[in-house]
Amino acid sequence: MNFPILSSITFLPLIGAFFVFLTRSEKNQINKGAIYVSLFTSFVNFFLTLFLWYSFDNQVSDFQFVEEAIWISGFINFKFGIDGISILFILLTAFIIPISVISCINSVKTRLKEFLIAILVLETFMIGVFCSLDLVTFYLFFEAGLIPMFLIIGIWGGSRRVYSAFKFFLFTLLGSVLMLVAIISIYWITGTTDVTEIYKIKIPSEFQYLLWLAFFSSFAVKLPMWPVHTWLPDAHVEAPTAGSVILAAILLKMAGYGFLRFSIGMFPLASEYFVPFIFVLSVIAIIYTSLVALMQDDMKKLIAYSSVAHMGFVTLGIFTFNKQGIEGSIIQMFSHGLISAALFLCVGVLYDRTHSRAINYFGGVVHILPKYSFIFMIFVLAALGLPGTSGFVGEFLVLVGAFKVNFLVAILASLGVILAAAYMLWLYKRVIFGKLEKNELKEMKDLNKSEFAILFCLGVLVIFFGFYPEPLLDTINVSVDNLIAKYNLEIAKSIALK
Amino acid sequence: MIAIQYLIPELILSISIFSLIIIGVFIKNSFNIIYRLSTSLVFLLILIIISSDNETVKIFKNSFILDEFASFSKILILSSSFFVLVMSKQYIQDIKNNKFEYPIIILLSILGMFFMVSANDLILFYLGLELQSLSLYILASIDRDNLRSSEAGIKYFVLSALSSGLLLYGCSLLYGFTGSTNFEIISNSTGDLEIGIIFAMIFILVGLAFKVAAVPFHMWTPDVYEGSPTSVTSFLSIVPKIAGIVVFIRFMYSPFHGIIDQWQYILVFISIASMILGAVAAIGQNNIKRLIAYSSIGHIGYAIAGIASGTENGFKSALTYILIYAVMNIGIFAFIFLMKRKGKYVEEISELSGVSKNHPLISLSLLIILFSLAGIPPLAGFFAKFYIFMAVIESGMYTLAIIGLVTTVVSAFYYIRIIKIMYFDDPKKPFESFKNYGTHTSLALSCIFLASFFLYPSIFDAIISNINIF
Repeated sequence: MNFPILSSITFLPLIGAFFVFLTRSEKNQINKGAIYVSLFTSFVNFFLTLFLWYSFDNQVSDFQFVEEAIWISGFINFKFGIDGISILFILLTAFIIPISVISCINSVKTRLKEFLIAILVLETFMIGVFCSLDLVTFYLFFEAGLIPMFLIIGIWGGSRRVYSAFKFFLFTLLGSVLMLVAIISIYWITGTTDVTEIYKIKIPSEFQYLLWLAFFSSFAVKLPMWPVHTWLPDAHVEAPTAGSVILAAILLKMAGYGFLRFSIGMFPLASEYFVPFIFVLSVIAIIYTSLVALMQDDMKKLIAYSSVAHMGFVTLGIFTFNKQGIEGSIIQMFSHGLISAALFLCVGVLYDRTHSRAINYFGGVVHILPKYSFIFMIFVLAALGLPGTSGFVGEFLVLVGAFKVNFLVAILASLGVILAAAYMLWLYKRVIFGKLEKNELKEMKDLNKSEFAILFCLGVLVIFFGFYPEPLLDTINVSVDNLIAKYNLEIAKSIALK
Repeated sequence: MIAIQYLIPELILSISIFSLIIIGVFIKNSFNIIYRLSTSLVFLLILIIISSDNETVKIFKNSFILDEFASFSKILILSSSFFVLVMSKQYIQDIKNNKFEYPIIILLSILGMFFMVSANDLILFYLGLELQSLSLYILASIDRDNLRSSEAGIKYFVLSALSSGLLLYGCSLLYGFTGSTNFEIISNSTGDLEIGIIFAMIFILVGLAFKVAAVPFHMWTPDVYEGSPTSVTSFLSIVPKIAGIVVFIRFMYSPFHGIIDQWQYILVFISIASMILGAVAAIGQNNIKRLIAYSSIGHIGYAIAGIASGTENGFKSALTYILIYAVMNIGIFAFIFLMKRKGKYVEEISELSGVSKNHPLISLSLLIILFSLAGIPPLAGFFAKFYIFMAVIESGMYTLAIIGLVTTVVSAFYYIRIIKIMYFDDPKKPFESFKNYGTHTSLALSCIFLASFFLYPSIFDAIISNINIF
């Protein structure tokens, strides 16, 4: 393939954003041009990604569609390439962006044009993260995402938006700077920042532990793991719906992807050493944040805490180092991307109509919004991991992987599934069922066409992948095997050395 | 007489300065014409220096050196002066400060910097330094009817004269212990490591640190920056810093390179202190010029971190840093020159409240500049810091790197606070709109440079990699 498809997918939204920037509209008129351009760009990008998936060869373990260009004066190259793991995340990103564009057309009232620009720029940075095969390129995209997200939360957010935007920005920035130190150190240790080269050269074991921790500090904040998760509920609550969707569906996945691609790939010995540490943090995240989620009275906050708990399953699965665990965590990330996006959209539907997110404000919604209540139910059930939804596949595989490694951890993690059922069903009961008492609720209208369309798409996918996860598993199969084989080889070598 | 040809830029500059003074005295209301002539002179000099060949020459008994390093710094000094001159003209006229001496004094200080960056000898270096400093004292107090401007000038003069004294004392010690004022001879005789040489080095270091406003010799910066007219502040915060860092590099890598063990930790301390103070002290500022003063202290800290690494990558990264710093500051001052309400220029940060509603384009530019100052990728400010920390970690100074990067997070706070005020707060009345092509163009150019730097970060490598000062 000579056509630079990865760069096209990455930079197309940026070009789209530029054209959105050029559009003009009369004062107090909806900027139709901006909407059409951004819809067009995001859909073209989605179809390009589908084409990429189609032409991707899932039997090859090496990186495909590799593009390389001289970048920083001969010592750092710009390198793109994907394997089975990254392509899923690219797909997810390219799928979620059109959805959030459609959703914001209705809900964003001010400065729609700037909002669309921010979303498209953010898409470029996020796809760039998943394509990068060079540490510096990766860092560049990883950090650059802060700028549009900061603006999305700060400009279009709720009442405490300034506090949340600052917290989000400073937390994630602080986590990431240590990773920059580690990346530069890796350059001086190995002489390259090309990930595939580093896989071959192998970092000496005495450096691995500190470097692993530096990367961990960044990923743990971004994922987020307990105890550095506190920025997430704030950011989610204050962000506009489309912002929450992107944050939950994609930004959080960058860290999980980072663990797979960088932490395990580059520092296998350190990864093995820190397994107990990760397990403890994951189990705390699963149980503690589930309990916290039970007590929330804000719907968005509840979903935010449930995200932390779900991400706990992801880290647990990744660090089991067996096929079920890792595949499970990838599926979990993918399906959480769909489910949490849908849940935030559902909350957004109610918020657009009533300007409230408080759980006790609602009740009896089923009587006036039957369509909505039905679709909301699908996602609630998916979030608690009901068999037949994609949430189940991920959690089940992770737990199978965990049982193989550590019985106690698996039992504790299973508790999280029960707690998830508790807080999700209780949420559903309080919001949807009961008596419809408030008069202002009675004037609500059911889903309009665009809301129904996007929620329907998400719902179909959630159920489809719940019954038939093969397309996903086929794509990641060889890459995950390869990852585990490399890891086991390194561990075996180090044991032999001792 | 053979040497004269190498001095063409300096000669043109000196002769023009004298001619301009004469023109200014004989023609009434000559501000406009002198200003235009000076600006074009600066532009002409850039062309002359670019077109001259780049062999390394030492003339006047090795006291004047002309190499890649010197011509690179001269181009940098000239280009940033050019932008400062272009964008501040309107401001000078508006505050009724249009005296014809103003551009001439700027030219004089540029002349001083030319000798500073080309000096290969203590005496020539000191003469150049004093010429530029004296011009700067006058500039700081040029708005003489304004109490704060005079205060700034006096403050700057008293403190700076003290530091010059220390520096001169260091130079004389150095001469006493090595028997020469020439950098190369000094460099060869520092190997004995007499205590006198270390003393001399410390005195000179103090003087230099004062001139670039590094902690703990930074006290004058906020007051002088705030008190001086903004046009002068923009010059002060960009051009002398470039010259200062260049001379810093020259001293540390040429006469003192043999005693790197002695100065390395001093520089590490200065650098860490500047980064921390620059980050922490700027948080509470409400005046944008004071904020820039502290932010520039912080930025100098990063540049010095590069120098402290003592490697070739180190000083090159410091040069790249100061270049990108100059571009960012040109941008931010271009914005300040546009902050005008009811015929008055405003300086409070709160005046920026909600600016993005009324002026979307210029606030977008400032947004890019501020994120770049904070060092967020993919903007140029990130690459500046990246190069610095590449060099720092190469020398194994992890503590410096980690402290430096953590302070970037702290300093990010006050940069994004401005963004918050611009974008998240409620709008005030719009700024007065006036046609000011120079300022708008400078702002646009600076912001395009910062935003597109990531496409080709090696743009200056061809020039910088030729620089060799060992």
